[in-house]
Amino acid sequence: MIYDALIGPFTEFEFMRRALAAVIALALAGAPIGVFLMLRRMSLVGDAMAHAILPGAAVGFLLSGLNLFAMTAGGLVAGFAVAILAGVVARSTGLKEDASLATFYLASLALGVTIVSIKGTNIDLLHVLFGNILAMDDQTLLVVAFNATVTLLVLAVIYRPLVIESVDPLFLRTVSRAGGPAHLAFLALVVINLVNGFQALGTLLAVGLMILPAGIARFWSRDLTAMICIAVVAAAVSGYAGLVLSFQTRVPSGPAVILVATVLYVVSVLFGRIGGIVRQLFPGRHLEA
Amino acid sequence: MAALHFHNVTLGYDRHPAVHHLNGEVARGALVAVIGPNGAGKSTLLRGIVGILKPLDGSIHLGGLDSRDIAYLPQSAEVDRSFPISVFDFVSTGLWRGAGLFGGIGKAARDKILRAIGAVGLSGFENRPIGTLSGGQMQRVLFARVLLQDASLIVLDEPFNAIDAKTTADLLALVKRWHGEGRTVLAALHDMEMVRNHFTETLVLARGPVAWGPTAEVLTPENLLVAMRMCEAFDDTAAACAADDISSRAA
Repeated sequence: MIYDALIGPFTEFEFMRRALAAVIALALAGAPIGVFLMLRRMSLVGDAMAHAILPGAAVGFLLSGLNLFAMTAGGLVAGFAVAILAGVVARSTGLKEDASLATFYLASLALGVTIVSIKGTNIDLLHVLFGNILAMDDQTLLVVAFNATVTLLVLAVIYRPLVIESVDPLFLRTVSRAGGPAHLAFLALVVINLVNGFQALGTLLAVGLMILPAGIARFWSRDLTAMICIAVVAAAVSGYAGLVLSFQTRVPSGPAVILVATVLYVVSVLFGRIGGIVRQLFPGRHLEA
Repeated sequence: MAALHFHNVTLGYDRHPAVHHLNGEVARGALVAVIGPNGAGKSTLLRGIVGILKPLDGSIHLGGLDSRDIAYLPQSAEVDRSFPISVFDFVSTGLWRGAGLFGGIGKAARDKILRAIGAVGLSGFENRPIGTLSGGQMQRVLFARVLLQDASLIVLDEPFNAIDAKTTADLLALVKRWHGEGRTVLAALHDMEMVRNHFTETLVLARGPVAWGPTAEVLTPENLLVAMRMCEAFDDTAAACAADDISSRAA
């Protein structure tokens, strides 16, 4: 019974195995990026970027229909363009990056919806907005896995400057010029992972599997490495449980994954070791020193 | 030989000068206090020296030093203390010059970090997240990182603000140790007694330089009064500065 409910779908159906591989790839790469987004107070920037990739994906859709490879390429181009433009404007004018990004993403979103509506139907629009991880083919899975690998490699390269720039940007500027390139590379990774999430969860929820696990991790650790590990596990568990939920109840897969992550988040808010509500209400006896 | 040479430097924001037409030299091994009221341009000057802020006019020469030979201690408010990083890891960033992107932190480097943390009196705090430290403890952490940087020019922005007497005395001893080792130290300060008793040279700044020289000669009531009278606000209707006229007058 438990086997049939929790494991059976994956042994029985290839599309479920592909979906599971995809959510694990998304968790491995997206969750660490989400942790940095949160720590750099850029959570909503990630959300804005998710909308910014829409026109590129829409152009891919216009040219090739529901071809995820074309939509991915288009999304990457649009996302990079918005990320780099917003980053360059912010760094060269002193305008805050979120303000700069808000302008670009709103224009981008309007353009994207316009492009989709020129050719598509409501069903197409729903696919673009919410994705469909269960419809993922081998080629798309390879794209997702490739993006995840690139993300981890680039993150390893920029990890140190990214950490120092997050905690003490002035110091980094005095010892190195790596801060600017690291920030731009980080924005590029955000885009890559949003496009990855876009395949599975759609533009509206793509950022969910990055930010929610990061928020969960914040309630369980004060150590960056531990936070990243917790976020990856939380994202993978949400992905797996979301797929099972979707399979068993016919809830759309993307929302199912995000709803499971939300449940984990609520549990963390309540019972988290660091600042959880229950912990604050019942902190235990104070220590001697 | 000079460690720093200011040539008619103007630093500022949105074309408004915060440091206006500064000329002069800082000798190698000097111990210089930069004093002046709030808004006098002290932090701006230090930011210009370490290369964070580009001059609006004029230039700052580092006397043959590489920018990596400079250690900068910012005001602790500049550090995001909510970031989940331990004291050990934070201090270890002082090894950037040697370690860079990929360099490992081996046993020798670990010992060096632990010694720096011990030298500022924070042994036992290595694994503490920086967000749980008091203001004085955080200031000690910043000093430990400067220690690790092993730089020949050390720039300290209000290093003793809002910390207790014991911490101040400990950290001041470190500053004097650096001076004794022949390093050049510049510190933006507010405590006149400290400046009078421990710093050999003083620059009184009030946007423009008021006086610069041996502390005993510079730290006079007249100079301090001139500095106190400085107008903090920028004048949005100000005309473009006739820089050449002012430079030639100064010369």
